[in-house]
Amino acid sequence: MTTSSVSPTASSASTPGTGLGEISLQPPAWSRVTRRLFGHRGLAIGLIVVGLAILIAIFAPLLAPHDPYHQDIANRMVPPVWHDEGSWEHVLGTDKLGRDTLSRLLFGTRISLTIGLVVALISGVIGTTLGVLAGYFGGRVDAVISYVITTRLAMPVVLVALALASLTGGSLTTVILLLGLLLWDRFAVVSRSVTQQVRDAEYVFAARTLGCSLPYILLREVLPNIAGSLIVVMTLEMAHAILLEATLSFLGMGVQPPLPSWGLMVAEGKAYMFFQPWVIAIPGIALFVLVLAINLLGDGLRDLNAPGGRN
Amino acid sequence: MGTFIVRRILVAMSVALTISIVSFMLLHLSGDLATSIAGPEATAEQVEQIRVDYGLDRPIVSQYLDWLGDALTFDFGRSYYYQSTVVDLIVDRMPVTLTLGGLALALAVGISIPLGVLAALKRDTWIDRLALLFAVVGQAMPSFWFGLTLIVVFAVTLQWLPAAGSDGWQHFVLPAIALGYYATPAMMRLTRTGMLEVLESDYIRTARAKGLRTGSVIFKHALRNAIIPVVALAAVELGFMLGGSVVIESVFSLNGLGQLAWDAISRNDYPVVQAVVLIIALFYIVLTLLADVANAALDPRIRTR
Repeated sequence: MTTSSVSPTASSASTPGTGLGEISLQPPAWSRVTRRLFGHRGLAIGLIVVGLAILIAIFAPLLAPHDPYHQDIANRMVPPVWHDEGSWEHVLGTDKLGRDTLSRLLFGTRISLTIGLVVALISGVIGTTLGVLAGYFGGRVDAVISYVITTRLAMPVVLVALALASLTGGSLTTVILLLGLLLWDRFAVVSRSVTQQVRDAEYVFAARTLGCSLPYILLREVLPNIAGSLIVVMTLEMAHAILLEATLSFLGMGVQPPLPSWGLMVAEGKAYMFFQPWVIAIPGIALFVLVLAINLLGDGLRDLNAPGGRN
Repeated sequence: MGTFIVRRILVAMSVALTISIVSFMLLHLSGDLATSIAGPEATAEQVEQIRVDYGLDRPIVSQYLDWLGDALTFDFGRSYYYQSTVVDLIVDRMPVTLTLGGLALALAVGISIPLGVLAALKRDTWIDRLALLFAVVGQAMPSFWFGLTLIVVFAVTLQWLPAAGSDGWQHFVLPAIALGYYATPAMMRLTRTGMLEVLESDYIRTARAKGLRTGSVIFKHALRNAIIPVVALAAVELGFMLGGSVVIESVFSLNGLGQLAWDAISRNDYPVVQAVVLIIALFYIVLTLLADVANAALDPRIRTR
């Protein structure tokens, strides 16, 4: 399911590093960083796959063997190369309009990554602002913001996103805006609880005593020290947004044809899945691998971020 | 405890009210309902006619207050598309979604708790890693695609189960698996961490030192404490699954609330959309309320917060 679990219980699992302050003060030597990064197998796999996906997204026009929008009715539903009737001309076959699946898949990376990144940025700004304010001020501010978070959590995301996307006419931009405005809850929950722990730290107290302005304290003292936890949430929300976009597009309310969204590719292949199962298998696996890699990256970063280092 | 429950109920009720306002405003302000209902072919006069007929020309606040007044007496108006009231439609479709959600939850609990306990007991062995893999895969699997894959494998290729419809129990097996797998990873992980924490605690060491048998220590003492947050999470997950059933019901053509909502969305049947969003949110609110109260009953420290 792609509503994905944003529960207070699950998000509290990403405990903030109490040792964060020391890390950011004394950056470790690069060799140690790389050893820590690659010593963690999940993190290494995640990094490599996400890195590859980014390269594919950037160089899609160079890598794609065909124009992803070019229709060739004479070559409809060509099976992939490992199939008896497949050919190297269309390595992953063609769809019902004769468009090259591999090229559409490569260009689809752009859509998924754009959605993931921009949604995580928008929701990150909204959620972190709310969470930091609630955590730093406590009291009535916290009560109001916590209420807003509770209300947001009780809204069924998939349903609301579907309804609003249908009303506003689904497109890449509306999907990004909708998800960005809906998925900030985990950012808010996590940044609120981490800020509560940082709020009374000595360096924040020192800055306050020195008479630093509030924006200075929040941006220069609090934010850098909760950044580790936020990056973990960011990866999780990227994965969440990518899955939700695919779901909306699959249900016909998200990214519209002829854009090569992976969710849309599954929807377009649905009618053929009984006899040509690869039409849904290929975009589905691409989606799965990208989301898996982002999650592995997030899990790995969380382990590095945890007070005890790896566990 | 009494004041805690009363306070939580008041918060829950005001959250429900806020959601009804927010969803009403979102639906009415993010596009022109009259234009959507009239369709692309309609003339300007027809759109205006619809605006007046459906009462959409009145100020939005008075529209909302009317709607709310009716909703409080469980009157959600009439469907624009079906010849029946919204309440009848919802009552008609609800059992399918509740059956699906209940089965999916049972499946998720039945898999995630034993697996989480096992992973904690066999920490850092291949069993633990396999359980982790199971969780990681579940988190990354797009549910609509997992559902389609189940159909291709079990309904079409192996022909063990039906692919679509909602007539008998067989129709619920594959959708429940697709929906339940989504809730499993979080619950499995929480069980595992909870068990690991509890197993290292003093009272477990005491129980072991007393010479209690390992099985009794694990099930009577450790699991009982580790499972408290998992029960709360299960309630929350059920709420999410009811909201997410729109995807699974559409994949498996199950005739439940989710399917109703999706049909209503594609047909611009807004009274139905508005009601389903509110009903699903109410389920979530009641479930989290129950989870909170259960948690507070089991753990007195929570009440003072």
